[in-house]
Amino acid sequence: MTAKVGVILFPGSNCEQDAMEAVRHLGGDAELLWHGDDTVAGVDAVIVPGGFAHGDYLRPGAIARFSPVMQAVAKFAADGGPVVGICNGFQVLTEAGLLPGALQKNRGLKFLCTTVELRVESTSSVLTSEARIGDVLRVPINHFEGNFTCSDETLDTLRVEDRIVLRYVDNPNGSVDDIAGICNEARNVVGLMPHPERACNPLLGSEDGAVLVRSLLSAARTNV
Amino acid sequence: MRFSVLVEVRLRPGIADPQGTTIERSLPHLGFDGISAVSVGKAIRFTCEADDESAARAEVEDLCKRFLTNPVIEDAAITMEKA
Repeated sequence: MTAKVGVILFPGSNCEQDAMEAVRHLGGDAELLWHGDDTVAGVDAVIVPGGFAHGDYLRPGAIARFSPVMQAVAKFAADGGPVVGICNGFQVLTEAGLLPGALQKNRGLKFLCTTVELRVESTSSVLTSEARIGDVLRVPINHFEGNFTCSDETLDTLRVEDRIVLRYVDNPNGSVDDIAGICNEARNVVGLMPHPERACNPLLGSEDGAVLVRSLLSAARTNV
Repeated sequence: MRFSVLVEVRLRPGIADPQGTTIERSLPHLGFDGISAVSVGKAIRFTCEADDESAARAEVEDLCKRFLTNPVIEDAAITMEKA
């Protein structure tokens, strides 16, 4: 059975089509979920895509976390459903309390639009299960507020529980401990600043993100 | 009663402040030698209707905690006076 991935559309999202295209390109089914609907019924995984949800007013994700759909996402995640937040989606998930920490303005205050190398640090998550530890993936980044920060206690917990799933090979934004992506305790919610959905087709310069999207599709299939 | 409220959102101590650092680094070039400890935050002003000052303060504190600040990196200083 084909896994169906729901991609949430907030006013100001701008990567939802890329995410749906990547899912379909890799054999999954994709559908848009409107932020104002209080349900994610009928999907096997959820992507919170990149962009500027609600204009990023106040703080990225600060208003989006109160969108009706986020209650449903929290319930879906609590029931074990796979949820991935990419870029602005990562910011939304931290604001919603589904992932720890916060994303601050980049060190150096530059908007970064480039391709970076990511090292896979843990394969025990819905986004990395089909990769291998130590794999280096070339994936684009496109953000101003991607500087992951958290308390020392939270950082210790993330390390001890093997919840840092991706690290930058060459830290572009000042993130603590070179963190590019983390997962929750149950390992079914992952947030990352880079955009794997934009690296799933050789026409786009890299297919290295495909292994991540394929991992999500595989988690979604077991959740069908 | 109506209160004018000023909420200053600040980065918590120990959280890197790239905007403050950038401003501070530029000061010597501009001839400002005696200025240090620059930090950048946000000022949010609004009015609050409540029975009395302590009720207003409780409401504003709740607002700050749940919405106006991200407690992981920010805290808030609240100033209020009768409108």
